Amino acid sequence: MTHHPHGSKEPQPYWNPYVAGIGLGLVLLAAFVIMGRGLGASGAFSSLVSGAVNTVAPQHAQGNAFYSDYLGDGTQSPLNDWLVFEVLGVFVGGFISGILAHRVNKTVERGPRISVTGRMAYAFVGGAILGVGAKMAKGCMSGQALTGGALLNLGSWATMLSIFAGAYALAYFMRRQWI
Amino acid sequence: MSAPFFKFGMFSEEVGLIFAFAIGIGFGFFLERAGFNSAKKLTAQFYFTDLTVFKVMFTAIVTAMIGLYYLSVIGLVDLSLVYLTSTNLIPQVVGGLLLGFGFVIGGYCPGTSCVAAATGRLDAVVYLAGIIAGIFFYGEIYPLIESFTQLTPMGTLTIPEYIGLPYGLVVFLVVLMALGGFAGAEWVEKYMAARKEE
Repeated sequence: MTHHPHGSKEPQPYWNPYVAGIGLGLVLLAAFVIMGRGLGASGAFSSLVSGAVNTVAPQHAQGNAFYSDYLGDGTQSPLNDWLVFEVLGVFVGGFISGILAHRVNKTVERGPRISVTGRMAYAFVGGAILGVGAKMAKGCMSGQALTGGALLNLGSWATMLSIFAGAYALAYFMRRQWI
Repeated sequence: MSAPFFKFGMFSEEVGLIFAFAIGIGFGFFLERAGFNSAKKLTAQFYFTDLTVFKVMFTAIVTAMIGLYYLSVIGLVDLSLVYLTSTNLIPQVVGGLLLGFGFVIGGYCPGTSCVAAATGRLDAVVYLAGIIAGIFFYGEIYPLIESFTQLTPMGTLTIPEYIGLPYGLVVFLVVLMALGGFAGAEWVEKYMAARKEE
């Protein structure tokens, strides 16, 4: 390993994708066996949004079928939720892995042909479109493609194929951002 | 038959939250190990130069699918107690297309953006703000689109049930498909690398 004079080390290469995939698959299997449910991500943000709307405008939130679904019977905070705790773990696990491999650094991921401001605008718009899609599809890549994929769930496979179709269909128009 | 442990009442919901946090740590760890904290690496999938997204995703699907299937065959796990989301085909196809658009425009999916934000990617922080805005927008328009989101209901339905083949056979076919996909992905990456050098 090369040592740098200022103490910062070179980022290590990522793992072989098949090895990382087996690790990810075993985590998913553990979730099935221990909890009887799979992984998720976007659901935690639905709880966060529903909780926030309920704090600012409780009548509005409780009269809306989408928010009230995440608010439950109102006896406990919507943040007291399995997916919220799981997503907190995702942040921690990602940080631990990144620190161990010297891959934590403040940066903006972008191709050579786009400005930082342009990249940030695309990031926000992309996130917003995905947020709508995740709710319509009843889950995102983790909840549908990965979890539902492993459970051979019909709707999940339809969602997964549509994700790839949508991304490939738009990739040409987004090429200035990435390559 | 004693699993899923939670469904057999082996621990409370509060203890389940501790498992949630621990499982999340494992999830985030392997996402980062795979390189999914990088939007450039993730989106390279859609330009055929780096097919890590496909390889990692299908290795994980096959691993969990085979593991769960065998644990159910030997009688440890009751498959019927593992939660399945119900299928609404049309809204899920439309939602999937939007997920794909958001992925290639924004550079991440929700899980990977958490890992990217945790490792300092500022674009991932903005992306997370976008997700929150998108979900808020969805919530606000939900009364208008509620009937659309409930179109083509098919209940909880697996592929083996839908096409009328035994579960184990579909597991086997998915494994074959994945192995073929991996071979194809390796070939495509080599082809693209060679083309770039010319």
